Amino acid sequence: MSTIVLLTLTGLGLAALYFLVASGLALVFGLADVLNFAHGLFLSVGAYATWWAAGHLPGAGPSGWGFALAVLFGVVCGTAVAALVELVLIRPLYRRTIEQVLVTVGLSLAGVALLQASWGSDPRPYPRPQWTQELTTIAGARVPNDRFLLIGAAIAVLLGLLAFLKYTRIGLVIRAGVEDRSMVTALGIDVRRAFTLVFAIGGAAAALAGALGGVFTGAISPTGGSSLLIFGFIVVVIGGMGSVTGAAYAAVAVGLLQQFVNYTSPGLGDICVVALLAVVLLVRPQGITGKVATS
Amino acid sequence: MTILDIAGLDVRIAGSHILQGVTFGVAPQGVTALLGRNGVGKTTTLKAVLGLLPRGADLAGEVRFGGRRVTRQQTFKLVRDGLGYVPEDRGVFGGLTVAENLRLAERPGAAPDYERVYGLFPELQRRGRQRAGTLSGGQQQMLAIGRVLLNPNRLLLIDEPTKGLAPKVVGEVAAALHAVAQVVPMLLVEQNLAVVRRLAQDAVVIAAGKVAYTGPAPDLLDYTEKTKSLLGVGKADHA
Repeated sequence: MSTIVLLTLTGLGLAALYFLVASGLALVFGLADVLNFAHGLFLSVGAYATWWAAGHLPGAGPSGWGFALAVLFGVVCGTAVAALVELVLIRPLYRRTIEQVLVTVGLSLAGVALLQASWGSDPRPYPRPQWTQELTTIAGARVPNDRFLLIGAAIAVLLGLLAFLKYTRIGLVIRAGVEDRSMVTALGIDVRRAFTLVFAIGGAAAALAGALGGVFTGAISPTGGSSLLIFGFIVVVIGGMGSVTGAAYAAVAVGLLQQFVNYTSPGLGDICVVALLAVVLLVRPQGITGKVATS
Repeated sequence: MTILDIAGLDVRIAGSHILQGVTFGVAPQGVTALLGRNGVGKTTTLKAVLGLLPRGADLAGEVRFGGRRVTRQQTFKLVRDGLGYVPEDRGVFGGLTVAENLRLAERPGAAPDYERVYGLFPELQRRGRQRAGTLSGGQQQMLAIGRVLLNPNRLLLIDEPTKGLAPKVVGEVAAALHAVAQVVPMLLVEQNLAVVRRLAQDAVVIAAGKVAYTGPAPDLLDYTEKTKSLLGVGKADHA
């Protein structure tokens, strides 16, 4: 029983990471039709900026509020990089899908190389605040607190995003744009102004995933973003290519499946995730929710 | 005197030469019907005016709206400038509620005229919280028309508003369009000749990529042979 509780909470922690990566990917793909392979870079920027800030930024540190400040710094960096990428590299290439893919793939490779050149390709030990390493006993299982940190952050981001999409004018434009972008422009709305914002939001969520994912794994490496990105894409496809809620369901399914299968037979979990993707594509190609941003 | 002028409009999409120098004007009041057989390029004409042609389409010629050259202007600017568009498939956002669809159409700097929209289509007010995707075809059409009526447009482009609707609903939509046409001029693509007869004062017929007729709509519809050869239909039904 305690093993099941531990596996479930660890799987949900993993799901939280996947969701943070996938929510931005889903919105960017849903609204702007951009397959953003550079999304993993935003995650790495968040992770490395947080790591750097914890050691160097005045007021920031490896624990307590200092660590919170470091995470905030990481998220701000990820957001800025994402907005910049949209403005400088993606914006001139809208409607040119192949070029976009080439640019984002190139950017992700260049980003990894840049991180390697700056801080080496070996994993760097990541600050783990004391509280996150303490254990909480639930139904007999001793669960490290970092799981709760991840799950809490993902739930906060999910609720925040849904409220933003539902109650703001720009959220309304994004939801409509995910359904039919050209019709939004035919109502007199400059939909591209929403693109930068969606990139920034996605960058922020990915950077948060990078910052908190480091706590979860205890170390960060330049290629960490790209490996999480693969699962992010799988979650986006299973969820419905543009749906935040769908991404949340899909992330939970993928995280739990992977964790439980890997416990019984190590390594098989990743294969099962790909199998799940194949089954969803065969049985329900529009994903769990279809292309609707908030349902 | 015209509100919209199209001169030498030439469109190629994926190698096929769809419009070959289409030239006509739209009167600043009443309904101008844009007619022609299926696939002749009526929808393409509207999309070319609005800048909504698919990527890779080749466009030549000139479009003037209210005397100003607007060829290749960005769609959203043209629309804000007072050009309302109701597309062929209605273009309502199925995942959004009726009220959200209307709210989306509000333009910054202009007070939305909900009184006019709800006065014409009370159904939209009653169903405000309903998802637009669950409306009937006729209700969706009314929502699409309602959206462009929120703003003070100078011209409406309406593409096949009665397509796929039940006969009773066709009558309702036509009555609504008739009321709208008293206030704002309209370029209307319509296959149902009974509706054309009821609404349109002028007609433009496109055949083989060119304009084959411009003139009063009744003259065209009453001349059976001409209607038959240009539109591929028999005598126009009476509404």
